Amino acid sequence: MNVVVLLKQVPDTGTAIKIADDGKSIVENNITWIINPYDEYAVEAALRLKKDIRDMNITILSLGSEQTERSIRTALAMGADSGVLVNDPAAEGSDALGKAKVLAAALKEISFDLIFCGHRAVDDDDNQVGIMVAELLGIPHLGMAVAVEIESGQVMIDRQIEGAKVRSGSCLPALITFGGAHAIWKPRLPSLLGMKQAGKKTLDIKTLADLGLLPEQVGSAAAKIMVISLEMPEPRQAGLVIEGDTPAKAEELARLLREAGAI
Amino acid sequence: MKGICVITEFRNGAFRQVSFEVVSEGRRLADALGEPLVAIALGDGVTAEAPTLGHYGVEKIYVVDEPGLKDYLPEIYVPVIAEILKAVQPKMVLGPASVDGKDLSARLAACLDTGLAQDCIELKLENGVFKAKRPIYGGKAYAWCAWAEDVYPQMASCRPNAMKCSAPDTSKNALIETPAVSLPKTVKSRVINVEPAGDKVDLVEAQIVVSGGRGMKSAENFALLEELAQLLGAAVGASRPVVDEGWRPHADQVGQTGKVVNPKLYIAIGISGSTQHQAGMGSSEIIVAINKDPEAPIFTIATYGVVADLFEFIPLFIEELKRLKVA
Repeated sequence: MNVVVLLKQVPDTGTAIKIADDGKSIVENNITWIINPYDEYAVEAALRLKKDIRDMNITILSLGSEQTERSIRTALAMGADSGVLVNDPAAEGSDALGKAKVLAAALKEISFDLIFCGHRAVDDDDNQVGIMVAELLGIPHLGMAVAVEIESGQVMIDRQIEGAKVRSGSCLPALITFGGAHAIWKPRLPSLLGMKQAGKKTLDIKTLADLGLLPEQVGSAAAKIMVISLEMPEPRQAGLVIEGDTPAKAEELARLLREAGAI
Repeated sequence: MKGICVITEFRNGAFRQVSFEVVSEGRRLADALGEPLVAIALGDGVTAEAPTLGHYGVEKIYVVDEPGLKDYLPEIYVPVIAEILKAVQPKMVLGPASVDGKDLSARLAACLDTGLAQDCIELKLENGVFKAKRPIYGGKAYAWCAWAEDVYPQMASCRPNAMKCSAPDTSKNALIETPAVSLPKTVKSRVINVEPAGDKVDLVEAQIVVSGGRGMKSAENFALLEELAQLLGAAVGASRPVVDEGWRPHADQVGQTGKVVNPKLYIAIGISGSTQHQAGMGSSEIIVAINKDPEAPIFTIATYGVVADLFEFIPLFIEELKRLKVA
């Protein structure tokens, strides 16, 4: 059974976001780069399934730059078997569809039964690339998994929608996107042995040309949608700290909220 | 290429509220554009409810009413919608940024080889060009996006609670069309089971959120917040440490790696207010913070702050709300 996990490297969630001089990107000095948390859940989910499916092979596939190698090695240290990094400056500025086209092209060269990925990346919050890959490959997808099982050639997930928990299933091959939270998946920390072994595992680097893609097909020139400017949210002012003894505060808060039409 | 088409969300015999918000926004943009507003209504038993979309300003509704559409499945919904859009040829397609809505929009955008702005909080028409504003980095910043020239349809999903919903006008009626679209015969995926979660108010769509942090000290103490929430008709949220401790379900997590909420009122109880948590609730209209630590970062963004022991304060607050007959 071959599982490919799509992995994106993103800024640590503690990063203070500052808009760069070009007005449409963020300042990247002093950023700690991590595996996108939802992709980390996908890696963990694959590793857990591997416990019961002995001959499972887990490949990490990323679209990124040289520094992305570090995150791929971390996933290899967690227990994934090999990695593929598509690193090509011509892919820069691509939109979600462009990224999906690159990943789909890379996937056509990898034998897979399942593709796992986070439902979104916590930098752009686009919530698109994984699902678009499934559409481009013509395979079913099931989104926002909080639990996953494989049984008799079928993949089953639990997903949460507003007001209900849904159980869905699919034949293979299929793409699964992951939701939930750290508390659900508790991605393992790489062991020392894992880190040692990671250095020896295969990490192939590919360019667009290797995948038979031209920059005009997937780069910024091909983008259907682009960011034209970034804005910071209106800074919130510290408001009123209510005075008085506790019962007086309770009364005053209720009064203020009633007056504001909030309750 | 003409007009705006709204994809609605129909579940358990009714259109979800966010559908009306998206239609209202669609109406506003269609008026700015001077072009028609149409909608697509898929579901099982959707025919009876379809006319309500007309009350919010839709001019024509494409209805596909089939048992096979009862539960959202991308493999069925996307081809059906793509088929209808071939005939409609709108300039813009709007949909809800609900869980299934975002899922559907992404797959449909790839199917149509177009660009999608997900989870938009604002849309505008500027010199004949559409622009969309959406949160990034969990809401720590916003991005204005625009589509490349000659890219159609321009797709956007709208965050629940972000777009102003107009008041329904029952004198307005839409034309109903039932396109001859058939559902795919063979599918490889399926919905196995749907388990309703009871009457809980959905966190992302709630007008009021009561949220607890580490200061709550235990899972059992959340009963106090549930009582408060019940009184206010609110959803109950939680900070990440609370979810990591296992005191509250992960679906209640508010923050950069949880849910981003934008209710009218967010009450943060025993929450210190990390930047990741702030990213998840910072755009709430009114923020109330209750914490016994006056230095807690949450106070820097709270509209109203109460420095108090929550175990003393909340019961008194509940009594006060009952006295004011809030419920």
